[in-house]
Amino acid sequence: MSSQHPEQQAEQAADQLPAHSEEERKEQPVARMGMFGAKTTGDTSGYGGLVVRQSPKVSTPRPYGGPEGAAEAGVFDEVADELERALGGPGSSPEKAGPDFGDAIERVVVDRGEMTFFVKREHLAAVARTMRDEPSLRFELCSGVSGVHYPQDTGAELHSVVHLLSITHNRRVRLESTCPDADPHIPSLVPVYPTADWHERETYDFFGIVYDGHPALTRIEMPDDWVGHPQRKDYPLGGIPVEYRGAEIPPPDERRSYV
Amino acid sequence: MSPSTKYTEYDAYAAEEAAEGKVFDVGGQDWDKVVGAAEDLGDERLVVNMGPQHPSTHGVLRLILTLDGETVNECRVGIGYLHTGIEKNMEFRTWTQGTTFCTRMDYLAPIFNETAYCLGVEKLLGVTDQVPERAQIIRVMMMELNRISSHLVAIATFGLELGATTVMLNGFIEREYTLDLFEEITGLRMNMAYVRPGGVAQDLPSGALSSVRDYLDRMPKRIQALRKLMDSNPVYLARTKDIAYLDLTGCMAMGITGPMLRATGLPWDLRKSQPYCGYETYDFEVATQDTSDVYGRYLVRMQEMEESLKIVEQCVERLQSVKGPVMIEDKKIGWPAQLAIGADGMGNSPRHIAHIMGTSMEALIHHFKLVTEGFRVPAGQAYAAIESPRGELGVHVVSDGGTRPYRVHFRDPSFTNLQATPAMAEGGMIADVIAAVASIDPVMGGVDR
Amino acid sequence: MGLEEKLPSGFLLTTVEQVAGWARKSSVWPATFGLACCAIEMMATGDPRHDFSRWGMERASATPRQADLMIVAGRVSQKMAPVLRQIYDQMTEPKWVIAMGVCASSGGMFNNYAIVQGVDHIVPVDIYLPGCPPRPEMLLDAILKLHDKIQNTKLGPQRAKQIEQLEEAKRRQLPLLGQGTL
Repeated sequence: MSSQHPEQQAEQAADQLPAHSEEERKEQPVARMGMFGAKTTGDTSGYGGLVVRQSPKVSTPRPYGGPEGAAEAGVFDEVADELERALGGPGSSPEKAGPDFGDAIERVVVDRGEMTFFVKREHLAAVARTMRDEPSLRFELCSGVSGVHYPQDTGAELHSVVHLLSITHNRRVRLESTCPDADPHIPSLVPVYPTADWHERETYDFFGIVYDGHPALTRIEMPDDWVGHPQRKDYPLGGIPVEYRGAEIPPPDERRSYV
Repeated sequence: MSPSTKYTEYDAYAAEEAAEGKVFDVGGQDWDKVVGAAEDLGDERLVVNMGPQHPSTHGVLRLILTLDGETVNECRVGIGYLHTGIEKNMEFRTWTQGTTFCTRMDYLAPIFNETAYCLGVEKLLGVTDQVPERAQIIRVMMMELNRISSHLVAIATFGLELGATTVMLNGFIEREYTLDLFEEITGLRMNMAYVRPGGVAQDLPSGALSSVRDYLDRMPKRIQALRKLMDSNPVYLARTKDIAYLDLTGCMAMGITGPMLRATGLPWDLRKSQPYCGYETYDFEVATQDTSDVYGRYLVRMQEMEESLKIVEQCVERLQSVKGPVMIEDKKIGWPAQLAIGADGMGNSPRHIAHIMGTSMEALIHHFKLVTEGFRVPAGQAYAAIESPRGELGVHVVSDGGTRPYRVHFRDPSFTNLQATPAMAEGGMIADVIAAVASIDPVMGGVDR
Repeated sequence: MGLEEKLPSGFLLTTVEQVAGWARKSSVWPATFGLACCAIEMMATGDPRHDFSRWGMERASATPRQADLMIVAGRVSQKMAPVLRQIYDQMTEPKWVIAMGVCASSGGMFNNYAIVQGVDHIVPVDIYLPGCPPRPEMLLDAILKLHDKIQNTKLGPQRAKQIEQLEEAKRRQLPLLGQGTL
């Protein structure tokens, strides 16, 4: 029974990947220490020395398979092939305008039946345009932009995640681009997908990612004069302690808790 | 008043006036002065701020309209007046507690928010196939009932905003009957947190199915009555036909989904095209219209309610025969307690409390650990999307392997669809802006989150 | 109401107070201040089942200038707070405020950067109504309690005295925790 637990299964599966061996995991930067979020009182749990390391950045080997599994070549291979053909492989005609597949795509991850292209930020707009216009890809609909902040991921702290949907082929794919905190610039997708307008403004508002080429990149959710980008990990939740019948309960981010 | 007389002595708008023309500060009880001064200027352009507190903007939506007479030249949309930080708050709670937060986003479709979130978590856990069949059927039934109640409010407020109180009263009383079912099944009228990762909070109470059946008897007639009131009402037609036109190309560019997209004639419905919760096994039609206008969107909503009733009927049939648990078998994920509705709402069932407090220490430890610490979700990210009453409700969940979400982002259809307001309103009459916004049916809680 | 202030104290004054209170409470016009989930329940309170036109309240006032009750229905964000205050200032005296739902009352579960932790930071609140969201019946109960309050509000110098008394009573209220008495 316990061996079928999905968490263990996933860990076992991950360990079987060559790039994800125990040795390599030890090399990874520390994601967090301890188990309890106690900052004020002493940690009496004994778990204070616990070290959790970040997952290594792996790329999935071929075949990618499809949403159902990776046993054999499937839909995802088709998407990758078509994108590679449309962008051109290494050494394709030099006078071509766009980037090569190898240049533009850092790595490809297929996980939990979903495909993610890690796109180098300078080529994001070109890749998105190809994704939209190429008849064999035809991702017409952009389902929004989501920012994620990984403070430990040095040099790529801010991730901008775009989900694309192809109504023609009924597929989904994810484009992920990163930028460092010191230079938070990612090209805007508004010229390709006008719907990204508000989504990029929202991500700018919450994470401070500057989308170059956006027609009017201003705050959208927070007041215009707000300081900081509230959904970054280094921005506190901002709760206040609550008094209840004489006892004071700290806000959720300052309580002792399992993390 | 001579044309050279400044209306306000204190001139705070000097810089703006140089660029934009004369600026008037309207403070109340000074309309004659303002109109008089504007007449002297001979300029017809008028910038009107509508909202965020306005009875016809569907919540705290702000529209900044540049008018030439009654024609809208430019429309800008201001949002964020209901920003709640739900996504950030969820990062400080366990995965299960997340349902309590996300259910309050789009407050007209709480079950959809929960289900989208739970599907995302289940995808991350890799347990999508292990969710019991009965739980899936209950989810589908609740979602379809919720779709009806949401569309009823959409139509009711639409009527109210156009000035038809009858429609509003009729819509809301029908919604009350739907909410009665929610209350009987979940213990709450709104914001139920009923769908949980791994299943649903608790099984249907006895008698719930017969209540649903009564509802099914009543509702088709009531929808017919609403249709009789509105479908060919000349006033209603004049306000909705060929208003706020947005065709398929516009919808694709703006990322618009849901009834607005289906009113352009494209039968795109995630329940059919990318089924979840077993929707592929239900028999229903995707409602479409080809008029791309407000009236078409209304008709799609009406038709969807009728289709939803069909699905609920099939659910009731299945629930009679499909028995079994409503929470995942895996004891490391499933909520440990059997929940029951007591006098003060939903809570642990007395039998479960007797078990953990009286007979089994291990059960108590397990309960305590799972409730306080929560389960761990393997690191990774997932995107789950469902067809909410307003369109594609997507959730992007990221885990770092902990007991709490690392990041949850909702792609709310109201947020995306609301971007189309300028495209539909500009060039039209100011009165049609109301109809355009109402036909999007934005819920500001979902827009701002 | 210049007359009320000028009346001498005595038997007549109390009657006028009662009459004024009765007139005021009988047709309270709420400003339509719907924000979030609670706004839907507030609208549901106007539906045929709950029907607050029984208390002359069906005329929800779209303009704050003609409203005398503000039902803050939902969570108030930092961005909305100045708007809320402006609308409150635009309402004519006498005016009352119901903080509907736990978010408006205290911030509730949204104890974070975005939400004002209780609308009483911005406007004076007469009735706090808990619930998330409160049922229409609960809102009706709050309205009836407010009616009682309006009915028994004193006028002129008596009002000042009443406020003083209420303040004193609040100060003496238990628990006295955190006030140096524990």
